[in-house]
Amino acid sequence: MNKPKTLFDKIWDAHVVKQKEGYPDALFIDRHFIHEVTSPQAFDGLRKRGIPVFNTSRTTATADHNVPTKDQHLPIREALSRHQVETLRKNCAEFGIELYDLGHPFQGIVHIIGPELGLTLPGMTIVCGDSHTSTHGAFGNIAFGIGTSEVEQVLATQCILQHRPKTMRIEVNGKLGKGVVAKDIILYIISKISASGATGYFVEYAGSTIESLSMEARMTICNMSIEMGARGGLIAPDDTTFNYIRGRKFAPQGEAFEKLVESWKLLKTDKDAAYDNVLTYDAADIAPMITYGTNPGMGIRVTDRIPTTEELKEINEKTSFTKSLEYMGLEPGSTLLGKPVDYVFIGSCTNARIEDLRLVASIVNGKQKSPNVEVWVVPGSKQVEEQARKEGLDKIFEAAGFELRSPGCSACLGMNEDKIPAGKYCISTSNRNFEGRQGPKSRTFLASPLSAAAAAITGRITDVRELVD
Amino acid sequence: MKEKFINLKSTTVPLPVENIDTDQIIPARFLKATTREGFGENLFRDWRYDGDGNPKTDFILNNPTHQGKILVAGKNFGCGSSREHAAWALYDYGFRVVISSFFADIFKNNSLNNALLPVQVSDSFLSKIFKSVENNPKTEIEVNLETQTITLPDGNSETFEINPYKKACLINGHDDIDYLLSLKKEIKEFDFKSYELQATSY
Ligand code: SF4
Repeated sequence: MNKPKTLFDKIWDAHVVKQKEGYPDALFIDRHFIHEVTSPQAFDGLRKRGIPVFNTSRTTATADHNVPTKDQHLPIREALSRHQVETLRKNCAEFGIELYDLGHPFQGIVHIIGPELGLTLPGMTIVCGDSHTSTHGAFGNIAFGIGTSEVEQVLATQCILQHRPKTMRIEVNGKLGKGVVAKDIILYIISKISASGATGYFVEYAGSTIESLSMEARMTICNMSIEMGARGGLIAPDDTTFNYIRGRKFAPQGEAFEKLVESWKLLKTDKDAAYDNVLTYDAADIAPMITYGTNPGMGIRVTDRIPTTEELKEINEKTSFTKSLEYMGLEPGSTLLGKPVDYVFIGSCTNARIEDLRLVASIVNGKQKSPNVEVWVVPGSKQVEEQARKEGLDKIFEAAGFELRSPGCSACLGMNEDKIPAGKYCISTSNRNFEGRQGPKSRTFLASPLSAAAAAITGRITDVRELVD
Repeated sequence: MKEKFINLKSTTVPLPVENIDTDQIIPARFLKATTREGFGENLFRDWRYDGDGNPKTDFILNNPTHQGKILVAGKNFGCGSSREHAAWALYDYGFRVVISSFFADIFKNNSLNNALLPVQVSDSFLSKIFKSVENNPKTEIEVNLETQTITLPDGNSETFEINPYKKACLINGHDDIDYLLSLKKEIKEFDFKSYELQATSY
């Protein structure tokens, strides 16, 4: 009998083109996504070497990081951003790559459009010059972020040289409490194992809680795998997965699809397969979460206190902790409940899918935002935006005083026009609370779309459970 | 052909902060260039300059006592965004080695692809380095890639790990594409049958 294997190992092994003593594995890449920020130097590299793209049909491009989320029909105002998007346009035309440009009905954040177009499928290897490529792993594939030199490798050879990471299983079992959603699960896990706790590992999420989640929720979880240092995270595909993919634009259709489903059902970790590490959590311990510091591991239950310096284990940690709280303008040992916020950002590849917008609408329906906050709702893609309008969510947001914008990365990263001003507090559904991430000196609280919506209504950090019945 | 790396002896710039993410190394708003050069100017931008663009005197890069080709940083260096610009910025500024007790995966790959050597040492050795540099800013550290050792002036040393393939690449100035292009025939075969293969081989 063959040695029992993890799902990760099965997919990896099926994609190794060449294994050579002393070399990393040459791994074949099924699907490659690119965007304007991390690709220009890679295309330049191809030009310098005088080589074409190896297989143009395996790469798909979109513009997301640098795009404005207002007046997208007008030329991009900022010269450098405009130049970068134009360079992407030129490169895609020259090398023959499909581009979903501004104004295209498929445009959106790269990790939102792949799954929604049926380009992301189980069993694949997927890379993109972006660390949140881990999102795609929700479909039971190996998906991870790469650097620009590696983007060039994939364009040139459809392969990448990689060492096989270690594997970790994270199990969450049981029923989630009221007001607790996928974002809380992943913020909870990261708060337990720290921002570097899974470095060197590829994570498989499993257990009854994970199995009960929708695809959108699974994507939220896999998305933030990188925030604990993991290369990526994946979830074994099941009927939820197959039903989500069935009928999507670029997915195989009809009989061919149903045949694929039969083989995808084999995409499971064998019984008795060994992981390098296994962690187990109980859904009952998870509550609405919020971060207080400047890395995603610095999270607490919204009703808990920020730790005190005395409660920290390592001396080294203390300097970084103090620096972080100073940046945030918060006191050790204090609680965040009731703390006023200035901005609410609902968006990013973590939480800008249609289900996220529905969650937000469910809280705000018929209510008004607090007058002291500005609220931006930025859909993850053109298709999400269309769907939200079709369902009348735009009306709910408008009535509440929220601004529904056009798709893009927006205030997730302070690169485009949407920035949180210096010193201001933003409760954000994105994935990073690093210093200056949302704009120079901006201060970020990461939370779920439900918690963000609750803060929008009250103007302060709120336990969303008080607003839902 | 990249620059070759073999040996380096240099003073250091100590930055004893943990979890330095790539957004600090090079903030997103400076990622708009379409070439690899010039990012050094904005390395650690928001720690290095105030809102008006004046150098902050309390930041180590603005302190003339501490200069050199080696950056020594706290645990979990380079976490966060996969931006290779972080490695380019460090290299462009003049660093050739980064020492820490722990590196984020993608950053490690990115730096190795750009002739910037990440040297992972034990927590205790890292503290030793910080101490020696604190006592004497002119402390020179020697990094020898061939023997994979890092040595302090007092003779204290430690070996570090590096994948043999990556080591050879650095020493010879080769990159991954040179190797992958040599596999073109195998990749073509794989590309042709991979979808079927993928769906039937689990
Ligand atoms: S939404 Fe944020 S995290 Fe996601 S791809 Fe865009 S910038 Fe990166």
